Amino acid sequence: MPEQLVFAMEVTLNGLMAGVLYALVALGFVLIYKASGIFNYAQGVMALFAAMTLVGIMNGQVPFSHLINAILGTEIHHFGWHLPGIVGIILTVAVMVLFAWMVQQFVMRHLVGQEPIILFMATIGLAYFLEGVSDLMWGSEIKKLDVGLPQGINLLIDETTFNIFGYGFFIDNLDIVATVIAALLVASLVIFSQYTKQGRAMRAVADDHQAALSVGISLNFIWVLVWSVAGFVALVAGIMWGTKSGVQFSLSLIALKALPVLMLGGFTSIPGAIVGGLIIGVGEKLFEFAIGPMVGGATENWFAYVLALLFLVFRPQGLFGEKIIERV
Amino acid sequence: MLDAANTTDVQAETLLEVNNIEVIYNHVILVLKGVSLNVPKGGITALLGGNGAGKTTTLKAISNLLHSERGEVTKGSVRYRGKDVHELDPADLVRQGVIQVMEGRHCFEHLTVEENLLTGAYTRSDGGANIQQDLEMVYSYFPRLKERRKSQAGYTSGGEQQMVAMGRALMSRPETILLDEPSMGLAPQLVEQIFEIVKSINENEGVTFLLAEQNTNVALRYAHYGYILESGRIVMDGPAAELRENPDVKEFYLGMSEEGRKSFRDVRSYRRRKRWLS
Repeated sequence: MPEQLVFAMEVTLNGLMAGVLYALVALGFVLIYKASGIFNYAQGVMALFAAMTLVGIMNGQVPFSHLINAILGTEIHHFGWHLPGIVGIILTVAVMVLFAWMVQQFVMRHLVGQEPIILFMATIGLAYFLEGVSDLMWGSEIKKLDVGLPQGINLLIDETTFNIFGYGFFIDNLDIVATVIAALLVASLVIFSQYTKQGRAMRAVADDHQAALSVGISLNFIWVLVWSVAGFVALVAGIMWGTKSGVQFSLSLIALKALPVLMLGGFTSIPGAIVGGLIIGVGEKLFEFAIGPMVGGATENWFAYVLALLFLVFRPQGLFGEKIIERV
Repeated sequence: MLDAANTTDVQAETLLEVNNIEVIYNHVILVLKGVSLNVPKGGITALLGGNGAGKTTTLKAISNLLHSERGEVTKGSVRYRGKDVHELDPADLVRQGVIQVMEGRHCFEHLTVEENLLTGAYTRSDGGANIQQDLEMVYSYFPRLKERRKSQAGYTSGGEQQMVAMGRALMSRPETILLDEPSMGLAPQLVEQIFEIVKSINENEGVTFLLAEQNTNVALRYAHYGYILESGRIVMDGPAAELRENPDVKEFYLGMSEEGRKSFRDVRSYRRRKRWLS
């Protein structure tokens, strides 16, 4: 087998894995957009906040310690415990649910029935607010996140491919775990939204607020639910990205990578977010591999956006987006 | 046929009592200027009037759906079974048995017909078996929906969507349905069919209806009692049979008069004069 083809295969595999991570972020956007028609600009920051909270809780960091010390003149920084990953995750989920409730209680509730653009602006505000709060709460230094996920080269794949092609593929264990978790997450989300009462109510709210109210669905409750689920997805994305590249503020920028994924897959489709993520992941890696050297590299920075732009021209609702049903 | 609708017991218990309510939108627009009406248990009560008379607002004031439209009841009271419902949210009201079918259907377009119906049972907690049973009950009133149960509601016809909306309300096992403009945009034959179903639901399931309708002719044939609303005020009320025979109603709302059909322009000016006098 020619060497180039083997390389291309490895690149494709790595692209698929990267795509899964993009998809995880995109998923959070889709959930909120589907249920409330809000494009949640804060999704990326939520991933950051979730990851920082997780690290903070696991390391027993005192939240707002700088602030407290500055005001009270004390010197507290740590509770002095180190929690295992799973406990930290459970506590962080609780924090994300609380956050969802607060968003609903203090922001979204007062904006019911407003234009989508106003809701969008509110989420921009929320993003910056949350960024500031995370900083104040947990400090701004880069943190290492380790919840016990396996990392490093997968030796099994390395050996197998070496025996077949004479060249061992480099696949990160973390990427494999991320893929499995993403698959589980998507499967459970689909089951939840298609086959449960609350999931059905969520889709009903997405279609028609007024009608949902009229049959006795509580919008408040559904929105808290949606934001909680989105918070959970943000946590998963935060864990994966945080483990990969450390918990730092650039984590909130992964939201920007999710945008082209959404345009490709459609803003309203959970499978779309996955497929869109994979296409972008594979596409940008392969493009960099094949065309990159000819144009001086660094194509990964713009490839996704160009692809998204093409989609906007030829298929604005994305691959799997809901067609706008309009009877005339 | 004419007298069939007039057989309600006059002594029937009053379920819903609206007392002199005033509704203001956006803090400035006065839409209802003191509307009072009573809905007796087990009856079909019609709320008639033209565009912008305040029918929908009255229904939404009862079901508390006004909030999401920046409307507010500023005076008067709405009582259901003698209890003030002003503080309740729509979900509480649905649990108490009052559900509204909104004007213009408002189906959940991306849900299938059956899923739409199931959302109607959202507030219920009496188990899946009962809900399945009621699903069959709804299908028995609307056989057409059973055929289309797996279709997305957004792709069904206007008549089918009206049926979905009504069936969905029925799934909450309501005591009272506030039905807003069921005839809107439907062919006359279909309107008749919808009203027949309303009548049979009323008779077989004992569901009380408060019906807002522009189509005075059909509404008065199926209702027991009628209120006529004009510019946010009740201008006339009475048993449906009496309203049908009332010369003013005939002239303004049924398009008939002693001297035969009148031109629309005359009717309009007459109506305006009448309103100032009242």
